[in-house]
Amino acid sequence: MQTKRLFIIAIACLLAAGCAKSTKPDEDAADAVGTDGDISRQAGIDTGAVAGGTEYLEPGMLPGDSTLIQETVIYFDFDTARIRPDYSEALSAHARRLVGNQGLNVRLEGHADERGSREYNIGLGERRAQAVRQVLMLQGVSAAQITTVSYGEERPAARGSDEAAWERNRRVEIVYSE
Amino acid sequence: MRPMNLRRLTSMLITAIALLSASTAMAQLRIEINRGVSEAVPVAVVPFGYDGPGQAPIDAAGVIAGDLERSGRFAPLPGDDMISRPTSGREVNFTDWRLLKTDFLVIGSLLDQGADRYLIRFQVFDVFRGAQVLGFQIPASADSLRAASHRAADMIFEKLTGTPGAFSTRIAYVSVTRQGEKDLYRLFVADADGANPRMISESSQPLMSPGWSPDGRRLAYVSFEGSRSAIFVQELATGKRTEVSARPGINGAPAFSPDGRWLALTLSGQDGNLDIHVLNPATGQLRRLTKNPAIDTEAAWSADGKAIYFTSDRSGGPQVYMVPVDGSGGARRITFEGRYNARPRVTPDGASLAVVHNDQGNYRIALVDLETKSTHILTDGRQDESPSIAPNGSMIIYATRLAGRGTLAAVSTDGRISQTLAAAAGDVREPVWSPYPTY
Repeated sequence: MQTKRLFIIAIACLLAAGCAKSTKPDEDAADAVGTDGDISRQAGIDTGAVAGGTEYLEPGMLPGDSTLIQETVIYFDFDTARIRPDYSEALSAHARRLVGNQGLNVRLEGHADERGSREYNIGLGERRAQAVRQVLMLQGVSAAQITTVSYGEERPAARGSDEAAWERNRRVEIVYSE
Repeated sequence: MRPMNLRRLTSMLITAIALLSASTAMAQLRIEINRGVSEAVPVAVVPFGYDGPGQAPIDAAGVIAGDLERSGRFAPLPGDDMISRPTSGREVNFTDWRLLKTDFLVIGSLLDQGADRYLIRFQVFDVFRGAQVLGFQIPASADSLRAASHRAADMIFEKLTGTPGAFSTRIAYVSVTRQGEKDLYRLFVADADGANPRMISESSQPLMSPGWSPDGRRLAYVSFEGSRSAIFVQELATGKRTEVSARPGINGAPAFSPDGRWLALTLSGQDGNLDIHVLNPATGQLRRLTKNPAIDTEAAWSADGKAIYFTSDRSGGPQVYMVPVDGSGGARRITFEGRYNARPRVTPDGASLAVVHNDQGNYRIALVDLETKSTHILTDGRQDESPSIAPNGSMIIYATRLAGRGTLAAVSTDGRISQTLAAAAGDVREPVWSPYPTY
């Protein structure tokens, strides 16, 4: 995790340095960020480092954020809504993006693993979504931009009744819309 | 007379539509009995006579024998073992049945009265005493023959055990099947023996928490069709749906009051604090019953409608609490054994709660005695949940997992009888037992 982040920061620095030079697009950089503002708004699109390209930063975002916001699923330990520290950088990037664009809305979809009773698990999913909401609001995001939904155990990401499936289901998904 | 015809016509139409949709068959339940009492009463249910043309439109004896066997309390004699097949009292030779060590004998006839009208006539004999203990005849129309057979089974069961039968009841349940990459969620109502499943609602988004109105005419349930949870009430005879709560945040766990006028429900508002409320859908009146930052959900009414039992994790983990509906007091904790007790349902006699109880890592159904607070574990699965109690208090139906699939199961309240109800495909979950039918 650490190494990856260092790598990203290193590339970001390189890009910043390379900004001043004129750049020739790579052949396989057809999707390079360049100046197309829409791409960075779609979740899951690779807006990462491309040699010779420029990271597109929306208002309020910091260099490296465009990669951090690709992290849209927060996972949780059993029976808790505590957000693990390794997610704090990604959440800060999401917060900066939302603060910088008041027209952008986000849905926090909370989930729980299958164990135990269903409506109580709706509560657990909601508690997790609220935990993420709190983090965002503490960093200045307005409540009007955030909706929480809990699916409890009803929409699992992974099928199966073992720890491997359960840990992939205890999650909050960050979903953007305008 | 007129409402009866309209309802029958509607149910025929719905049945026709359901039959046309092949996928309905996938949710048909098949019952397997795992464990009956070793002292199940031996009973012979002789195939009924039929005075009409061709083949009898229903095997009434088969339905009755199946009901008695499913209760776990009776062991019907296989037809091949029957020495004789009387259909009227004067044909009965008690020696035959004593030889077969049968305790009770049920015989009968199906009489064709013309114009699609029938009479189911039956007699029950105590073999040892050589005397009749019950004789009755039930009128039926062509499409209520199965219901009339269940009614006969109810009467026989009550005569022989002292407990009213629950064979004329229905169950609602949720079925989930995989359609390519997506899940298809469907809400079904079927007879208590799993026959005649009828799809009530269908969605590509989750459906959950069905609950019967006390008159058996409506189902409340949660639907995520608007990409968020909302509570609907649907009238079964007409299919008419009303959205009764789509407030911001969570709308969950709907439960009708015993008088049918109120719905207990879970609301969270935008801040996500789940609490118990009661709503009068007719007037729109809403009252909040809990105000705790903990998760308070899964309301269940007491039989007198004066209190609500619910799940709360205010003490750290889920336990069952009780709160008076009139707001005259705060919530009182009810369960003290074990670190997880949730999803309470009250037995009809008001003496116990069925709960989901975590027993050393396994989620199982348990009965909690409301007076002594002692906990009696009834099931032995790992993911048992959603208990629902039959209106005669004798059986509890619940959801479990078998070979990786969601399956329904039933257990007697003394834990001795168990059976599974498996669907042909997909998962079935959240079974809810209907009230007694209102004729």
